Amino acid sequence: MAAITPITMPKFGLAMTEGKVASWAIPEGTRIAQGDELADIETTKITNAYESPVAGVLRRHVAAEQVDLPVGALIAVVADEAVLDTEIDAFVARFQAEFAEKQSAAVVEAAPEPQKVAAGGWTIRYLAMGDPGSDPGGPVVLIHGFGGDLNSWLFTQPVLAERHRAIALDLPGHGGSSKNVGSGDLETLAQALVDFLAALEIPKAHLVGHSLGGAIALYVALHHPAHVASLTLIAPAGFGGEIDGAFIDGFIAANRRKPMQEVLEKLFANPALVSRDMIEDVLKFKRLDGAVPALAAIAAANFGGGRQAQLPRDRLGEIAVPAQVIWGAEDRIIPAGHARGLPPNVPVYVLPGAGHMPHMEKAAEVNRLIAALLPG
Amino acid sequence: MSKKSFRQAINEALRQEMRRDPRVVLMGEDVAGGCLAPGEDDAWGGPLGVTKGLLAEFGRERILDTPITESAFIGAAAGAAATGLRPVAELMFVDFMGVCFDQIFNQAAKFRYMFGGKATTPLTIRTMYGGGFRAASQHSQCLYPIFTHIPGLKVVIPSSPYEAKGLLIQSIRDDDPVIFFEHKAMYDLEEEVPDEPYTIPFGEANLTREGDDVTIVAIGRMVSFANQVADALEGEGISCTVIDPRTTSPLDRDTILESVAETGRLVVVDEAHPRCNMATDISALVAQEAFDSLRAPIRMVTAPHAPVPFSAALEDLYLPSPAKIEVAVRAVMAHKAKELA
Repeated sequence: MAAITPITMPKFGLAMTEGKVASWAIPEGTRIAQGDELADIETTKITNAYESPVAGVLRRHVAAEQVDLPVGALIAVVADEAVLDTEIDAFVARFQAEFAEKQSAAVVEAAPEPQKVAAGGWTIRYLAMGDPGSDPGGPVVLIHGFGGDLNSWLFTQPVLAERHRAIALDLPGHGGSSKNVGSGDLETLAQALVDFLAALEIPKAHLVGHSLGGAIALYVALHHPAHVASLTLIAPAGFGGEIDGAFIDGFIAANRRKPMQEVLEKLFANPALVSRDMIEDVLKFKRLDGAVPALAAIAAANFGGGRQAQLPRDRLGEIAVPAQVIWGAEDRIIPAGHARGLPPNVPVYVLPGAGHMPHMEKAAEVNRLIAALLPG
Repeated sequence: MSKKSFRQAINEALRQEMRRDPRVVLMGEDVAGGCLAPGEDDAWGGPLGVTKGLLAEFGRERILDTPITESAFIGAAAGAAATGLRPVAELMFVDFMGVCFDQIFNQAAKFRYMFGGKATTPLTIRTMYGGGFRAASQHSQCLYPIFTHIPGLKVVIPSSPYEAKGLLIQSIRDDDPVIFFEHKAMYDLEEEVPDEPYTIPFGEANLTREGDDVTIVAIGRMVSFANQVADALEGEGISCTVIDPRTTSPLDRDTILESVAETGRLVVVDEAHPRCNMATDISALVAQEAFDSLRAPIRMVTAPHAPVPFSAALEDLYLPSPAKIEVAVRAVMAHKAKELA
């Protein structure tokens, strides 16, 4: 019998338990390649394009649009033309029966949980995914931007973890990490990252940094090069003076849903991606003791007066390891123009249809670019 | 972040504030328990175990078991607050407020005003309220409207474990007397609660659901009931906004009025007796300030004007329920407004 591949409801991020097919991108009967966009999957947090993990013919939409389904539920079936409809019927029936049994027996695969580690003077929260033995060359370490946390990588970390060990952390002042940020400057935050790597006994890592996290990654690569195997910088800070100071100030000041929504919408080319849950998560973080003073200290040290203070970009030519820069063409926080005129050994990918969060808006492309820089 | 019960969230808020600020002390009947008998330390930790474990960390100097005299220890707490401590006093059941009325209403609530702003009274009174516990008419009431009526008091009614921790820490740090209401049927509810201390400001309502057709304002335990109804009706194409005011004093009037301006329909859910309660207060606010937005008469879902019955069957009928809220939402949706010529 020819192969039939089930397409199931993906899991985006720690909290996702169910989602729905917002709309099918491809009708039944279409031949698809691996990586073709199958559907928009909507969760309470965000909507994301879902790409086919396999090639074949999309034979069956099992999930109706706009119906909530648990993670792992069958949403579609891919198989060659040669497979009979009756075989597909039987496959769907068997899958559904087994899935229902699994659900009722509550045999749910244990999702990885964030952990905490003492590093330098900080407590750092992190989430580790993937097989610890899979990367003799060092794991991928994902560093979020100003105001973010490890959940910023919800579309990236699980994909990278299929073939690599991938670790996302909360920077000091953010998420579940200590809120003490000292002076809040790049040197301090870079030291925290170096201390974190030491605490996890990681001698060398592939650093992926977004925005402020990109500047931190580059700073570590310049000052602690032995720890860095490669660099992927996504809409990085530290590449030019301009930054939307109103965004930074607004993010710090907003403590209610509506003003926070207006601020967060600036992050995306498509502002409709900002969901209630996304806003609520940011507000919950900002209510933590010490969070707002930490953000204010980081902002003052790095973006005071609406200008970027430290520009490690000027020394990008000294980087000896593979490095690349990814930017959203419609970035309204840090202009994509900062990626012009980089040294020739640093390729630049400017993605149309993405704002300041290309790893959320164009997750599949960003994931491919990151993976391409990793060994294996 | 981990799952914590309503009880654990409150315990953690108390513990973290006591660690942070040595002026925070606890007092009340059986907050430790055991009456100092040998081997009986921390026997109770409060009547439902909310303060259990605090005695071991903070000792008898800061965890004060009191005699069964609310007038004495609530008065002592008000005085201690005015003279430099930040007491958290436990009025076991809010139904017992009658015996310490004067200490709360005439003393604690008035100090800031009577002393021309020179006195602050950072007093938190934690108290249990609400029905469904088979505890009959003297241990089941929802008396927050009476406290809301009094200027000088802040009145906080958390609707979930996350809300309870943040609002209790805010209460303890607030410089005015705060009455903090804990629904006794909610102590075992669990949800994700951050491990770190955090605060939720007073007077900022929370929208737990957002919809276009009906605004449901719900108080305390009723918020979860309203959410259930909103979720159930969404499948039928009726979309509800659910507003949890979090605090009835101060009340976030703007959020309620803005929502009614969008939906044109209001259901208020309040477990308290129906006369002079939060449902009537919020209905009057909307009738006065948003009359032209209304497309249907306001509906109130409350308990009846009768004491909470002891009979379990009668108590179930007495309390507001998701089914009763659903009836009210359908009624405001079905109302045909008179077309004006």
